Amino acid sequence: MFVRWSDRQLNFLVFANALVIAVAVIFAGDTFLSLYNFQSMSAQVPELALLALGVMLAMIAGNGGIDLSGIALANLSGIASYLLMRDWVSVDDQPLTFVWIFAGIALLIGLAGGMINGALVAFVGLTPIIATLGTQLFFTGIAVVITNGSAVSLGYIEPLDNFGNTPVFGVPMCFALFIAIAVLLGIVLRYTPFGLKLYLMGSNAKAARYAGIPQRHMLFLTYTVCGILASIAGIIIAARTSSVKWDYGTSYVLIAILIVVMAGVRPEGGYGRVICVVLSATALQMLSSLFNFLDISNFFRDCAWGLLLLIFLATSRFDLRALLPSRR
Amino acid sequence: MTDITSDIAASRAHAESAFNRVTRWFVRHPPAVTAILIALVCVVVGSINPDFWQISNLFDMARSTVVRGLFALGVLVVLAAGGLDVSFTAIAAFVMYVITMLVTNCFPEMPILPILLVAAIGGAFLGAANGVLVSTLKAPSLIVTIGTQYVIRGFLLTFIGTALFMNIPMSMDAFGKLALFHHQSANGATSTMPVYVLVLVVAVIVTWLLLNRTLMGRAIYAVGGNAGIAERLGYSLRKVHIFVFAYAGLLAGIAGIMHVASNRLANPFDLAGSELEIIAAVVLGGARITGGSGSVLGTMLGVVLITLVNNVLILVGIPSTSQLAILGLFIVGAGALFSIKPRA
Repeated sequence: MFVRWSDRQLNFLVFANALVIAVAVIFAGDTFLSLYNFQSMSAQVPELALLALGVMLAMIAGNGGIDLSGIALANLSGIASYLLMRDWVSVDDQPLTFVWIFAGIALLIGLAGGMINGALVAFVGLTPIIATLGTQLFFTGIAVVITNGSAVSLGYIEPLDNFGNTPVFGVPMCFALFIAIAVLLGIVLRYTPFGLKLYLMGSNAKAARYAGIPQRHMLFLTYTVCGILASIAGIIIAARTSSVKWDYGTSYVLIAILIVVMAGVRPEGGYGRVICVVLSATALQMLSSLFNFLDISNFFRDCAWGLLLLIFLATSRFDLRALLPSRR
Repeated sequence: MTDITSDIAASRAHAESAFNRVTRWFVRHPPAVTAILIALVCVVVGSINPDFWQISNLFDMARSTVVRGLFALGVLVVLAAGGLDVSFTAIAAFVMYVITMLVTNCFPEMPILPILLVAAIGGAFLGAANGVLVSTLKAPSLIVTIGTQYVIRGFLLTFIGTALFMNIPMSMDAFGKLALFHHQSANGATSTMPVYVLVLVVAVIVTWLLLNRTLMGRAIYAVGGNAGIAERLGYSLRKVHIFVFAYAGLLAGIAGIMHVASNRLANPFDLAGSELEIIAAVVLGGARITGGSGSVLGTMLGVVLITLVNNVLILVGIPSTSQLAILGLFIVGAGALFSIKPRA
C-alpha cells in the first residue's frame, strides 16, 4: 500500500517550488535569492507547517477528521505557559532554565489540549469538526480570559530569541527543529505499526475494525499528537515574535488546510505524506514572501489563498496533474 | 433460586428503563434541553439582576436575534442536507456593502422592497456558486466554503472598498427606524420594537414550510441522512446541494441588509468571525452535524440561547471576555449530548 518514494504529487510540488522561485526571481530580482531572505522565510515556515502536519494526521485517520483547534491551542499554550512561569522562575537569573521550563509547560498544555480533542472524538463520539470547533472557541476563550484580551510581551529572553531568530550554521534553529520533527513523523508514518494502522483506518474504517485495529485508541493518540504539534508551533511563535496573544494568526486555520489540500492529502482519509506537506508549506511561504516583495495587500493575499484552495481541490478531483511534467 | 434472580433482573430492568425512557425522550427531543437551559439562564440572571426583565432589555435581545436568526436558518438547511457552510458571513458582508454602495451612488431613491429583493438574489447567486463547487469538487463542504469565504471577503476588501458607509440610503435608514410598537416604561423611557423583526418571522415560517411541507424538504433530510441511499431513491444530490447553499446565501443576503438597517452604517469588516457562534446556535438547537436532522424550532431556541450568552452575562458580572470559552463549552456539551444516538 505504500507509494513509491517519488510519486506525481511530490514531483508536482517540487515543480511548484521551482516555479515560485523562478517567478520570484523574475519579479523581485536577486534579493529574493539572498541568504538572508531564505533564512527569514525558513524561520516562518515551521509554525504553519506544524499546524498543517496536525491537520494532515487528523485527515489521514479518516472518520471525517480535521483539526480546527490548532492555532488556538498553539496560542493558548504559549500564553498560559508564560503567565504561569512569569511569577515562578526569574528570567534574568536563569534565562536558559526559564526557556526550558517554558517549553516544557507549553508542551504539557498542548498534550492536555490534544487529549481533550482526542477524548471528545474517540470516546465521546463527537464528529471531529464539531469537537475541534468547540475546543477552538474554548481554547481561544481561555486565552482571552487569562490575558484580558491583550497581547503579552515576553521581553527579550536571549536563549528563546536565539531559538526563534538566530541561524546556526546558516539554518534557523526553529527550522532545524521542525525538519527533525517532520523526519521523525515521516518515519513513524512509514515504518511503524502505528503509521500502517493509521493509513488502514483512514482507507477503510470497517475493514480496519475487522482487522482488530483499536480505533478509539488510535484516534485518541492521533489527536493527542496534533495537540503536541500545535504546542510546538506555539513555542516557535513565542520565540519568533517575543510576544504571545490570543488572536495571532487568525487565517492560519485556512492556510493550514490549504497546505494540506495542496499536498494532496485526501480529506476523506487514508492518504497523505509528510514530505509533500513540507514542500507545499515551503511553496506557500515563498509565494507569501513574494507578495511581500511586490507590496501586495493582505486582503488580496487572503483572496489568493482562498482561490488556491479551490483550485487545488479541483485539481485533485480532475487530476490535472497528469498534464504536468512527471518523470514517468 | 431462579425466581429470585429473575426478579432482581426484572426490577433492575424496570428501574433502568425509567431512567432510559427519560434520557431517550431528551435524546429524541434535543430542543427540550435547550429550552431548559434558556429557562435556567433566565431565572438565574433574572434573580441576580432584575434589570434583565425590563422590556427594553427584552426588546434589545429580540433585535439582535434578527441577523443571527436569519444566518442560523440558512445554516440549519445546509446542515440538514449534510453540509456545512462557513461562508455566509462573507456573503452577507459582500452583499450589504455592494448594495449599499450601488444604491447610494446610483439609485438613492430606491425603496426597501427592491433592495431586499436584489440582496436576496445576489446572496442566492453567491450561495449557488458554493453549491456548484461543493457538488462538482466532491470535497467536504467545510473546506470548500472556507475557501469561498476568503475569496469573497478578500475580493470585497481588495477590489471594492474598505471605507465605512456612514450615510446609508434613506429607505434603509427609515426601515431600520420603523417601529412595530412602542413601549413606555415607568420612568418615561421609550423602547421600540422595530418592524424588521417581522423579516425573521417570515423567514422562520418559510423555512418551516420548506423543510416540513415540500418535496424539497423531504429531499434535504433524505440526502443529509444518507446520501447514497437518497441518490438511489432518485434524489439529485447536485440539485439539493445547490438549492441548500443558494437558500443559505439568500438568507445571508437579507441578513446583510438587516445588519445595515439596524446599525445605520455599512462596514465591510463587520460580521466576520461570527460564523462559529451561528453554527453553535444551530448545533445547540439539536441539529446533528452529520446531517439529516434539525428543526426550525430548535434552531430558534439555540439562537435565543446564544443571544442570552452574549447579552446577559455582563448583567450578572461575568466579564464579556469569557463569552468565547462559554460558547466553546456549549458547542462541545451540546455535541456530546446530541451525539448519543436514539436507540429503538
